[in-house]
Amino acid sequence: MAQEHAAQIHGEHEDTTTGLNHRKMLMWAFLGSDCMFFGALIATYLVYQGKSLAGPMPVDVFDIPVTSVSTFVLLMSSMSMVLAYAALTKNNLKGFRIWMISTAIMGATFVGFQVYEFSSFAHHHVDINCSSPGELTDYEQHIFDEGCSNGEAHAESHEGLKPQTNLFGTTFYTLTGFHGAHVTLGIVWLLSLLLLSFKKGMITPEKNLDVDLAALYWHFVDVVWIVIFTVVYLFGVFPGF
Amino acid sequence: MSQDLSGDAHTGHPTAGQYFRIAVILCVITAVEVGIFYLEFLGHWMIPILFVLSTGKFALVAMYYMHLKFDHKLFTYMFVAGFVLAAFVIGFLLILFGVYT
Repeated sequence: MAQEHAAQIHGEHEDTTTGLNHRKMLMWAFLGSDCMFFGALIATYLVYQGKSLAGPMPVDVFDIPVTSVSTFVLLMSSMSMVLAYAALTKNNLKGFRIWMISTAIMGATFVGFQVYEFSSFAHHHVDINCSSPGELTDYEQHIFDEGCSNGEAHAESHEGLKPQTNLFGTTFYTLTGFHGAHVTLGIVWLLSLLLLSFKKGMITPEKNLDVDLAALYWHFVDVVWIVIFTVVYLFGVFPGF
Repeated sequence: MSQDLSGDAHTGHPTAGQYFRIAVILCVITAVEVGIFYLEFLGHWMIPILFVLSTGKFALVAMYYMHLKFDHKLFTYMFVAGFVLAAFVIGFLLILFGVYT
């Protein structure tokens, strides 16, 4: 009996040719195709990495501690999501709603971090003291050479990083922007399920496939971010990569 | 270990405590990744180390949070097929454009 119930939860032993739930199968097919979508975006980012003719470059704008915090928030949202699903399967609807709200809030926090990051990149400015420039990146050295050659006290640039600034800006905003759009869509999906749970009989321990599919999508955006955080952010600032 | 990860008898999924432990492991790995990032003496060794750590995080989320470890194997094949294809696309594009040759 317990195995039968577990099989139902897993979407198995359905009245289909494969014995598997078609909606769940379609979701996995979608996630597999979305892997290729993000794979193409990551490949494009890597192909054009270091090919920008003008700055700012990753080392000029990335703030690893801030991005680490947003990564932590997204990882925690994944835990919150599985706890929501676990609460539902145990017929704890109140617990399900609390964890769903928590997941949506953490997702929104992650998107907030991304908006902050995009804004700070777009308004990135450099102010170099010509008499004591300190350690400079290639981009800062370029500003120093141009600005300080006329005997000025300060060399400044308010160029910022926008999608049209250079190849890094174009590929970075496209990749992380699409990921942010996925997270935003996930938040809307989670909140829709939360609202549905207040309608009697719409979300129950037996009718949990909608929540299961939303959870799969949510965890997928988490694993995509795990790859982006390492490949784009950590490798991006590493000089030898 | 097998008992630890055998999961909830009612649903076949891990328990809330096990989900929490996996979250702690994920956070610790992320903290180690960020810590390693600041260890400049590691040089190029940093890349394979970070690669292995992020692969571990990916696998933990896919196996336990996405329930691939407990679900029908066909779901795993469908996801892994997309993932492997994506990895090949990345690898071949990098070779094609002579990025790491």
